[in-house]
Amino acid sequence: MISNQEIVEDLAAHFGENVLEFEEPNGLLTFTTYPSALIDVMTYLRDNDRLRFKFLTDVTAVHYPDSEGKEFCSVYHMHSFENGIRLRIKVFVSKEKPEVPTATGIFAAANWMEREAYDFYGVIYTGHPNLKRILNMEDMDYHPLRKEYPLEDATREDKIDALFGR
Amino acid sequence: MSEKVQNIKTTVDALALNKPIQEENELTTLNLGPTHPATHGIFQNVLQMDGDKIVSGEQTVGYIHRAFEKIAERRPFYQITTLTDRMNYCSSPINNFGWHMTVEKLLNIEVPKRAQYIRVIMMELARISDHLVCNSILAVDSGAYSGFLYVFQEREKIYEIYEEVCGARLTTNMGRVGGMERDLSPTALAKIKDLIYNTLPKVLAEFERLMNRNRIFIDRTVNVGSITPERAMEYGFTGPNLRAAGVDYDVRVMEPYSSYQDFEFDIPVGHNGDTYDRYMVRSAEMWESIKIIRQAFENLPEGPYYANEEHYYLPPKQEVYRSMEALIYHFKIIMGEIEAPIGEVYHAVEGGNGELGFYLISDGGRTPYRLHFRRPSFIYYQAYPEMCKGLTISDAVMIMSSLNVIAGELDA
Repeated sequence: MISNQEIVEDLAAHFGENVLEFEEPNGLLTFTTYPSALIDVMTYLRDNDRLRFKFLTDVTAVHYPDSEGKEFCSVYHMHSFENGIRLRIKVFVSKEKPEVPTATGIFAAANWMEREAYDFYGVIYTGHPNLKRILNMEDMDYHPLRKEYPLEDATREDKIDALFGR
Repeated sequence: MSEKVQNIKTTVDALALNKPIQEENELTTLNLGPTHPATHGIFQNVLQMDGDKIVSGEQTVGYIHRAFEKIAERRPFYQITTLTDRMNYCSSPINNFGWHMTVEKLLNIEVPKRAQYIRVIMMELARISDHLVCNSILAVDSGAYSGFLYVFQEREKIYEIYEEVCGARLTTNMGRVGGMERDLSPTALAKIKDLIYNTLPKVLAEFERLMNRNRIFIDRTVNVGSITPERAMEYGFTGPNLRAAGVDYDVRVMEPYSSYQDFEFDIPVGHNGDTYDRYMVRSAEMWESIKIIRQAFENLPEGPYYANEEHYYLPPKQEVYRSMEALIYHFKIIMGEIEAPIGEVYHAVEGGNGELGFYLISDGGRTPYRLHFRRPSFIYYQAYPEMCKGLTISDAVMIMSSLNVIAGELDA
């Protein structure tokens, strides 16, 4: 078994300033890295004999429109079955250049999950073998889960958000 | 003239002139679905065929897209249960409790033991119901319609239990943040007892006698759609499909939730990762689920079935009629006036199909800032073309069936 603290020390020793903002929301180790270092970090986590994060559980994206230069976040959940531990990696990119390298080269599981994140948020996974929409029409010219697209008609005045728990 | 028409014309000319047709290795594009009965849901397979052999394939999954993740950003936590229950509609209690456990983790709420045990009983019934559907439909796809009819009676009984517990049969909103919506009634307990001690074991044994050594079934499933444990891991397989490949990963054991650590049960694993192993693992898991339900049923703790968390737990209806506080909190929760703390949670449960994950980001508002569902069915179908390669259409149908298509989970 391995603790969060040991993983943090190991990563910090190997990647120095390329891994940052370590925290533990609800006990799950979370840290941030840069797009340039992402694949190296994931490969290290997968191949290191002690860490053995051989399972990519989930890939998704989040939109923070007010966070200048870091509007999009690509989130990865990895799992080490042998150590019974999970971790979360975050990569922030700007809306001008929402590009993150694809993880399909190291995990086949990333294929559809990255396509879904691209479809919903427009995060471009560079090097992806088939980066096209997966749940929506291919000719859609926007990414619907971005915060600028409200669910309802924003011009309506007869519905007060506060009365509907929003 | 298009290339296709030109080819047809050449063939017709050759036939008319009695000339030998030039043999070409031309691939045929075949659309299997999206509304073909064998696709089990709104799901399209575009297959490239060389004769009757599948060379490659591509899937289109977005035919049922309901934008649950987007809708969830505008709903209070209480109202999101109506979305989660509709993802895997064959085992909706697992989705339901999985979501409630995620919110409880965020709010740091301890659920009483009795509620945890009731949840375990309901989740295991849901797993049995899910596996019954999957295995019996697999039987239908191999031509054994009678197997399907045998086990559907039992699924019906499970639905009657749901109905007794919460009033609904399919989209069973029986959980609440902090516990259960109501306690198990004596009728519900009697129905559960009858099911797990009398009828279900008999029917499962009968179904296994019909299928397990059936020559046609074995011919159609053994070494069909095999996947190695390494490849299954790379593709993100979880649940019965990963266990069929030989990896004994089960969220209930690795990260026990809702008191699963109190129960003794085994994790069935396969050897070949083929269609037959996926069938056998599901079959064995139903027996393990019966084992768990019996333990929970026999040791059902006394005590409250909900946590004393008036800010978050919807008060029982009778109290709303009598107490002013209950009325106020009922109103505040229903209108979504209660804010959640800032936080980030990933919670996973062992769904009928595998690891069902809920990734929730709360910015301290009344609705989630972001909610993402890790749907196991969505992840399996990346591997589907690879599993079908070199096989025939009838094999492709069996593989799809054994992976368990739940269209609501493919495309949340």
